[in-house]
Amino acid sequence: MSWSDMQPLLWQASLETFQMVGWSALFTVLIGLPIGLLLVLTDRGALLANAAANKALGTVVNVGRSLPFIILLIAITPFTRGIVGTTIGVDAAIVPLAVGAVPFFARLVETAVREVDRGLIEASQAMGASHLTTVRKVLLPESLPALVAGLTTTVIALVGYSAMAGAIGGGGLGDLAIRYGYQRFENGLMIATVVLLIVLVQIVQLLGDFTAKRLAHR
Amino acid sequence: MIEINNLTKVYPARTHPVTALDGVDLSVAAGEVYGVVGRSGAGKSTLIRCVNLLERPTSGTVSVAGRELTALSGRQLRAERRRIGMVFQHFNLLSSRSARENVELPLEIGGSLTRRERRARADELLDVVGLADRAEAHPAQLSGGQKQRVGIARALAADPHVLLSDEATSALDPETTRSVLRLLKEVNERLGVTVLLITHEMDVVKAVCDSAALMREGRIVESGTISDLLTRERSELARELFQLGPAPEPAGSESGSESESAPTTVLDVTFHGDSTAQPLISQLARTYSVDVTILGAAIETVNGQTVGRMRIGLPGRFEDNVVQVGFLRERGLNVETVVPETVTPEAAGPETGAPGNAAADSLQEVAS
Ligand SMILES: Nc1ncnc2c1ncn2[C@@H]1O[C@H](COP(=O)(O)OP(=O)(O)OP(=O)(O)O)[C@@H](O)[C@H]1O
Ligand SMILES: [Mg+2]
Repeated sequence: MSWSDMQPLLWQASLETFQMVGWSALFTVLIGLPIGLLLVLTDRGALLANAAANKALGTVVNVGRSLPFIILLIAITPFTRGIVGTTIGVDAAIVPLAVGAVPFFARLVETAVREVDRGLIEASQAMGASHLTTVRKVLLPESLPALVAGLTTTVIALVGYSAMAGAIGGGGLGDLAIRYGYQRFENGLMIATVVLLIVLVQIVQLLGDFTAKRLAHR
Repeated sequence: MIEINNLTKVYPARTHPVTALDGVDLSVAAGEVYGVVGRSGAGKSTLIRCVNLLERPTSGTVSVAGRELTALSGRQLRAERRRIGMVFQHFNLLSSRSARENVELPLEIGGSLTRRERRARADELLDVVGLADRAEAHPAQLSGGQKQRVGIARALAADPHVLLSDEATSALDPETTRSVLRLLKEVNERLGVTVLLITHEMDVVKAVCDSAALMREGRIVESGTISDLLTRERSELARELFQLGPAPEPAGSESGSESESAPTTVLDVTFHGDSTAQPLISQLARTYSVDVTILGAAIETVNGQTVGRMRIGLPGRFEDNVVQVGFLRERGLNVETVVPETVTPEAAGPETGAPGNAAADSLQEVAS
């Protein structure tokens, strides 16, 4: 297979990977961030201290974390079909990707937010802030560098997951590598996808590190 | 301004619950600086955290500016908290915000000003605390003293009637402590903000407080205005403010001839207000032709008032000196007899600092 034959294939696959990772990352943040926050806020001595809720949430997150992604991918196909109407293609891959990444990201959010000095929460309360205001004005801004670092790790994990999801009919770089590289022995294409994946991960990491550094005023 | 009634706080614990506050009554008048002192674990922090209900008391009531906070709903309490500024030992500034943005935070929470007004107000306050040129700096780029100034500016942003301060200077060096205390006093005088401060340093009380309370094991064991405390007999706070050291050994021990020493009455005399200006000791010596021995003295300015405390020895037993003691009391001095206890000779000395010794020398001259 010549480079000009590969190019459109690689371009198309990269685009699909971007879509899968981008959308699933977005949903992961939208769902994982509140869960991570709640894990901290419901903890003992925290603003919304609630032992039962904390325990329940923690258990759900742990169960999600302990399932190998490949199993999750297959196990939730009925759920995926319920949401997007199909179990193949880029859209269908986004669902298991997000479901897999949410507990992972939620734990990272929890760690990041827990790092915020209790004194700041207290100062915020003393200024008459509501819980929501404390979250918005203090907890999130103060943990932002750590949250960005957590997001970076999550996106990189999603790139890896997306290769797996792709193999089950989702498309993307992983799918390409398996279909052409593995099944048709197109070593050139295999190497090209691997290089692309490495470059992608590097870019995400550099971007994430840079942003986190810019945000931290230490 | 702050009324605390029969406040109790028990921290529940499975084995033994801790009673951090045990029936505390406290009344802070509008416009004064009130200091609460006490040993570590006495319950000072718990008390001040109960004032804005960061800590819910187990029982008792707290009123600030006539509103009973303990009876308010969450929303009403938040509104009242906006008028109570708080300064913290570890500053508690947001590292993600610049000095100016930190000062703006309470205004954002209050929500009644526009962005531009908030900025103007923050700059005004940074100017008050002497940090106008560091508005853009982030806390990490500020020194401890500067951080605390930002903390004070932030506490003042929402125009509070009360400022609470828990060990605001404990993390600062002595020089910075003085400048921060001056700032607090200035804020109190210029803006009329009532200040309730917690400290374990008597020097802080001396420097800025109008009134003080002493806490021990969750109770207030003594309280009052400073001038009131200084005239009070056997005031622990006054004694702490003016350390003359423990009671000395019976007189004569210095001369090394204990055996033949005559009995001596040792008195602690506190001067304050007008009496500091009068040569009362020399009058005493002249009037009764007695030899007054000065054993130690300290003269200090407490909250702008000159106050002195002196330990003197009069020949004879207490019974022989009743008239002389009466003479001093009549002239408005606070006189306490010191019960001699057996102490190591060096224990009596070091408490009187250099200025005290100088004062003792000059007084001795006057007396002889
Ligand atoms: N959250 C808490 N849970 C349990 N016990 C507490 C808690 N906070 C304080 N205590 C206890 O209450 C008592 C009073 O504590 P507090 O912090 O008010 O003392 P303090 O006078 O401020 O001491 P320091 O000068 O060391 O700051 C102490 O015995 C302390 O152990
Ligand atoms: Mg304390």
